[in-house]
Amino acid sequence: MFRIEPRGYPSRFWSLGSPILAIALTILVTGVIFAAMGQEPLVAVYTFLIAPLLEHNGLAALAIRAAPLIMIGVGLSLCYRTNVWNIGAEGQFTLGAISGGGLALTFPDAPAELLFPGMLALGVIGGMFWAAIPAWLRTRYNANEILTSLMLHYIAGLLLVYLVTGPWKDPHGFGFPQSALFSSTATTPIIVPGTGVHLGCALAPLLAAIAWLVLNKSVLGFKLRVVGQAPRAARFAGFNEDRLIWTAMLISGGLAGLAGILEVAGPVGQLTTTISPGYGFSAVIVAFLGRLDPIGAVFAGLLLALSYLGGDAAQIDLGLPNAVTGIFQGILLFFLLGCDLLIRYRIKRVRPNPAVTLTGIAE
Amino acid sequence: MDRRQFHKILGAGLISASLPSLLRPAFADGPLQVGFVYLGPVGDFGWTYQHNVGCQQAQAHFGDKVKTTYVENVPESPDSEHVIADLAAKGNKLIFTTSFGYMNYTLKVAKQYPDVFFEHCTGYMRDKNVSTYNIRFYEGRFVQGVIAGKLTKSGLVGYIGSIPVPEVVQGMNAFLLGMRSVNPTAKLKFIMINSWYDPGKEGDATKALIDQGCDIITQHTDSPTPLQTAKGRGVKAFGEATDMTKFAPDTQLTADVNDWGGYYIKRIQDVLDGKWASTDTWGGFDSGMLSMAAFANMPDDVKALAGQAVADIRSGKNKVFVGPLTDQSGKLQLPAGQVMDDGTLSGLQWLVEGVEGKLS
Repeated sequence: MFRIEPRGYPSRFWSLGSPILAIALTILVTGVIFAAMGQEPLVAVYTFLIAPLLEHNGLAALAIRAAPLIMIGVGLSLCYRTNVWNIGAEGQFTLGAISGGGLALTFPDAPAELLFPGMLALGVIGGMFWAAIPAWLRTRYNANEILTSLMLHYIAGLLLVYLVTGPWKDPHGFGFPQSALFSSTATTPIIVPGTGVHLGCALAPLLAAIAWLVLNKSVLGFKLRVVGQAPRAARFAGFNEDRLIWTAMLISGGLAGLAGILEVAGPVGQLTTTISPGYGFSAVIVAFLGRLDPIGAVFAGLLLALSYLGGDAAQIDLGLPNAVTGIFQGILLFFLLGCDLLIRYRIKRVRPNPAVTLTGIAE
Repeated sequence: MDRRQFHKILGAGLISASLPSLLRPAFADGPLQVGFVYLGPVGDFGWTYQHNVGCQQAQAHFGDKVKTTYVENVPESPDSEHVIADLAAKGNKLIFTTSFGYMNYTLKVAKQYPDVFFEHCTGYMRDKNVSTYNIRFYEGRFVQGVIAGKLTKSGLVGYIGSIPVPEVVQGMNAFLLGMRSVNPTAKLKFIMINSWYDPGKEGDATKALIDQGCDIITQHTDSPTPLQTAKGRGVKAFGEATDMTKFAPDTQLTADVNDWGGYYIKRIQDVLDGKWASTDTWGGFDSGMLSMAAFANMPDDVKALAGQAVADIRSGKNKVFVGPLTDQSGKLQLPAGQVMDDGTLSGLQWLVEGVEGKLS
């Protein structure tokens, strides 16, 4: 017999150990699934999780894919810590891409030292603006930001479709829904030549470190955490809750917008209707996988990016269906949430005592 | 490699050293490796399904001489660049990228792998080692229009549009021209859903069009939902890309069926013969790339008329886009007797008079 009993305090060991245990269990179960699909489990797990990294440019591909996930995930971690549930990062990503991309399309010949920073700034502002709407609706009318931010994502998507099929359509593009390619001055600089690793890949971990410092070492971070964990205490302390909601939304929106402009000015190179394969939503998983910690988000972003690369590799090398990626991510989340139980609870072995039981019945 | 060998290798502690080489097939004189990049899941209907049918036909045709690999659900984003590059790096010598959004990524990878041949479906940019290929879908739309023109009672037919690219504009115009060839007052209404596959929106658009008086529905989107929605409302409809009879046997009039197998076999043979060259292929009924599913749920005289329309297009007697053509504003776009050239056709961005609604 086992019994689950509360520890009364969160275990330090398991708050680090739980994600590691979850990853180990995920690998184990995925291996069993691979075996059920007629693959050698070790070969399959190797193909899925390790081979993508050893390939030519494998690490570069990982960094490029992880950069937007980390950047958005860091912002969401901060936001969720404050108990503000911004689900619309995808829309803020899109708005960032539109705002910065608009500048690139309007002034394609501007000098790079003005144009690119301007695009980044507008990208951040665009993302912030899109996050400001749910923040205003929440603080002014107490409207649920989960709904409003999610709904705004659809509007952002439609705005992008309108722009690339209408006013910003490439005049030489045969009517296809895409803008002209950005000029070379409007392109995210490549920091490792020949690999496609761009500025965003370096910015992502840097921003994560800054966010970590803000959250853990600054007064602002303290306030954000208090509002998240104990809103009543925050009120007694005289913290302005509305202002903190605004701060959390603007930071996460700004980071999503920055990720958006870096992505369209970098790997994509133009505005199209398909600028994101759902980074804004995957970043929600990244935030939770990283324990709502900015540094955790870096590792979580890398792991999630790896699962996408592994999914491609599993298809190419083993002929497994693409659903493998989704199954892996699902199992990972499942075990992660499950293993978190160990942080606040312990599993104790209870010896059934036959004597007691029998006496109990006899009496 | 069997299980025992594998464990022996494991026991020898050589996993890390030997696995990469075990996972790589020898390139030198093995089969020709051919890669396919798919937008959707392989599934059992629609755009990607038809490409995969073609891939399987090619595999069956060549047997051991060719090894096909596909990657499904590849988004039209920088991720596709990685997938295409990965296929090239792993020894695929011919790679088919089967959606418009892969265009720039295909071209980028093609520059990095000059000795690999690429084939991009539905695009317009080529290179020394990049060909393009597509189907004249509008030919099938004309035939659908003939059928709809004969069968409609309200004189109003609904078109579920996807994204207003030239292919869709051609489709709507050809459908209207087909209708008008047998029913000079029939009109076409459309709704753009801005997606190639979105069962929810496709269903809603179908309901909206039927509510506005359309009594026949055709779709330029991928799911069987419009067909099924039409079935629920007792309205006839056309399938898309695949014969969708099984989803609504009493509703489907016919469907355009995309048949890529012949093209894939030809291009693979070209590589095997060392004859592959960059080209632009745009095949219709006569190339075998397009066919119509069996005509059903209509009187025999309409079937005969539809069959004749197919025969006329196949023989070249009917060129579909023949003047006089006037656009929605009443402006003459193509003078009487002239045939629209492929260049103009492939950039088509105006609607023929008789189509109701504006493009974006």
